[in-house]
Amino acid sequence: MRRPRSLRPAAAPFLGFARLLRDHAFPIAPEQTISFMQAVTLLGPRSMDDIYEAALATLAPSLDRRDEFEAHFRSYFYGDAKPSIEGQEDDETRIKDDRGAREEEKQTIRQEKGGELSSALEQLSSRDFQRDTDGLGQFRRKLATAVPARRSFRTERTRSRGTLDLRRSLSEVVSADGDIPSPLLRRRQTISRKLLLLIDVSGSMKQHTADYLKLAHAAVQGAHRAEIFTFGTRLTRITSALRIRDREQALARAAALVDDWDGGTRMGPTLLAFLSVPRFSAFARGACVVVLSDALERGDHCDLETAMRRLSARAFRLSLASPLAGDPRFRPETAALRAILPVLDDLVDGSSVGSLTDFILSLASSAPAAETIWKRVS
Amino acid sequence: MANADAVAVAASPEEIAARLAASRYLADDSLATAIFLAIRLRKPLLLEGAPGVGKTEAAKAVAELLGRELVRLQCYEGIDAGHALYEWNYQRQLLAIRHAGEHEIDIYDDRFLIARPLLQVLRAPDERVLLVDEIDRSDHEFEALLLEFLSDFQISIPERGTIRAATQPIVILTSNRTRELAEALRRRCVYHWIGYPDAQREAEIIMLRSGDVAEATAKAVANAVQEIRARPLAKPPGIAEAVEWANAATILEKGGSLWPEAFRRAIGVLIKDEEDLSAIAPELERIVEEALA
Repeated sequence: MRRPRSLRPAAAPFLGFARLLRDHAFPIAPEQTISFMQAVTLLGPRSMDDIYEAALATLAPSLDRRDEFEAHFRSYFYGDAKPSIEGQEDDETRIKDDRGAREEEKQTIRQEKGGELSSALEQLSSRDFQRDTDGLGQFRRKLATAVPARRSFRTERTRSRGTLDLRRSLSEVVSADGDIPSPLLRRRQTISRKLLLLIDVSGSMKQHTADYLKLAHAAVQGAHRAEIFTFGTRLTRITSALRIRDREQALARAAALVDDWDGGTRMGPTLLAFLSVPRFSAFARGACVVVLSDALERGDHCDLETAMRRLSARAFRLSLASPLAGDPRFRPETAALRAILPVLDDLVDGSSVGSLTDFILSLASSAPAAETIWKRVS
Repeated sequence: MANADAVAVAASPEEIAARLAASRYLADDSLATAIFLAIRLRKPLLLEGAPGVGKTEAAKAVAELLGRELVRLQCYEGIDAGHALYEWNYQRQLLAIRHAGEHEIDIYDDRFLIARPLLQVLRAPDERVLLVDEIDRSDHEFEALLLEFLSDFQISIPERGTIRAATQPIVILTSNRTRELAEALRRRCVYHWIGYPDAQREAEIIMLRSGDVAEATAKAVANAVQEIRARPLAKPPGIAEAVEWANAATILEKGGSLWPEAFRRAIGVLIKDEEDLSAIAPELERIVEEALA
């Protein structure tokens, strides 16, 4: 095979483009750069369009960054003005996924001297390390077995209650020279369902959000598959921030990710935004969904109702934990609550960590629908 | 030999597009380029797009244009090696052991091997195209297995040794993007995002795919469907639904309904979600009127 010592000068722009993309946090592997150049050669290239198509096909920018990719392409190959990349300032709910944002996060954490942000962080972590007073350690240990389970398609070996495992039995038969020893069995595995926590971080929930985040951290650490989102005026996924074992660090990182602390609530639109991202709404399918919110939706609750109905159609169990429900005089009588009550499986007290952990640990046992319970009370 | 054929077929993106059109699939330049690159660079082709934009149809058309058989592996949660690679036919093996009595038999013979899609393709890479459909539904473990297969094109069967493909087979993967695929998988493939076609192309597709829909009807349907897709629906209608709608409306019209009425009555084949239906109902009349104008 011919191995040129150095690339032809004509190849340099393509290498440079790959490098430029990498500088802007596009994940481009060397083999992709190679295929890019091969593709350009294969196509001719007869026009700039060919180069663009080749870049799209081989460098595979993810769909949400397609516009940014095109802007870089134009500025690099056509010499257009530097792309100004900014989020669209429309009234759509902003969605923030913590994947790929890690580099920036690290920096924000490093510079957390003074300022609002760090005071918020201290608030979050000030009560840490006082032994297991809040019972979260125990919660974490119990959670893995307490989450409801479902039967998977995969099978596992078992000694009793199963169907014949022909593959292993046959090898036994062969090694026993045709005799059939006791048959070996297999049965379908059970795997625990996903746990999805949607945490309201708006102003009205201010005094509870710190506790909720600790709970969320314990849930991510304890459960096999947990996903955590916060919502206020925006939607933020904080699961991978909370995967860090150390609670203080995890909460600090999560706190830095969320931009809409203690602001207003747009519960309906943010939940709809959650459902409109296929990857996110797939988290809700067959999962135990717990919404931690007071469900005080300002204005029209139509969106909230639609969102909750869609969520409940996907979820295995949809629960709303409201801090207001801790009060014995509480009745679900606001228009929004009345509208969503029929689709809720549970409406429970979310005013303290203790009651919440008890509730989450009891998710696997059945309970009457929220509507029946609250009808009885009122 | 057969690979030379593939190269001859894939002489240029235009050639591909023309041949796809001959097998009744209208591809835009971008898709034709991606298919061309996948065949010539010998990489798997990863097609992503919303449900109903014709990803699977594209794979079928590619198989047809290469004159090869399409082997389809439908993914689902919990799919494992036994469904994708191979399995032994244990019942037959047991019977054979019984039957053989004192004689020696090879129970790991070809007769007892059930080839699943990946093995089928390995055995005849020049005659088959592999379609791994809806890979986003499978779980991460399966993705890793597939990744290994796609890089080496070989399968190890402990009882038989390693089976290698003589030449690199053509593989097409599709994903609805309900979850993000592993970066490693995207990296290894030629990638193409299939979007919804514009009104004109959609009208052409409707003409090509449906039985006897008039050109004016096809155009009206394409315009109306574009308009409907622009709304925030839970299940935006795909191309297949648009074709069905054109067909259904044509049948109703032949049965005596007037045009706008025929479209309205056939809406059930286009929108299959009760909430979406009630959301679109008040505006439907206006949309249809405008599309017909």
